[in-house]
Amino acid sequence: MIKILIFASLREQLGCSQLSLDEGEYPSSLFALKEKLAGKGDQWRAAMTSNRTLVALNQTMIRQDATLHPGDEVAFFPPVTGG
Amino acid sequence: MEHRNQTSTLISVQQEDFDPGTEYQQLENSMSVGAITTFTGTVRNLNLGDQVGGLFLEHYPGMTEKALQAIVDEAQQRWTLQAVRLIHRIGQLYPGDRIVFVGVTSAHRKEAFAACEFIMDYVKTRAPFWKKETTPDGDRWVDARDSDQEAAERWR
Repeated sequence: MIKILIFASLREQLGCSQLSLDEGEYPSSLFALKEKLAGKGDQWRAAMTSNRTLVALNQTMIRQDATLHPGDEVAFFPPVTGG
Repeated sequence: MEHRNQTSTLISVQQEDFDPGTEYQQLENSMSVGAITTFTGTVRNLNLGDQVGGLFLEHYPGMTEKALQAIVDEAQQRWTLQAVRLIHRIGQLYPGDRIVFVGVTSAHRKEAFAACEFIMDYVKTRAPFWKKETTPDGDRWVDARDSDQEAAERWR
């Protein structure tokens, strides 16, 4: 199983804060996962293809593709605005 | 929490307020100080011309702490620092409230100034916090600023 978390404005746009996908329900790579999620609807496609959407794999921001493993935590969120 | 290169480090993500005076004292207590720099960020009552009644700070529990630790680690690699204290508040805040504290000690002022500014620039662009502010027209998510991104790029 992998866990998917969504934060801030992106969470509100998608009406979803968390998803779990079991083995066989998620693809083998991060980019393929984005493509799969984009298929969930127009809002999801906009979120997954926007170059403003940031991605963290196991709580570290990542720009490149990566292989997904059971237990991984993938997060999607807008540019950060702390400080 | 971490004792690397004899640096004493505090990193805290908290709802409660902090006391800059107490934080300063802690920095002063660290060993052979030559320079202490501190920065305190507070909630503005105006943003983009609108009155701000308050703001809510959301974060990504777990990643936030890791991201702040990574920022402090990088500062310690770039400069010779004795102590670092980094506090970021979360939850509901109001104009005038303190949001963030960075305190750094070093033997020399240039290192202390640079490290303090570096930590703030990276917190603004790399730590998973998001502000939603309350205005007379309703709540809105604060947009990331290009100027913050450019400030962080300087350190590359």
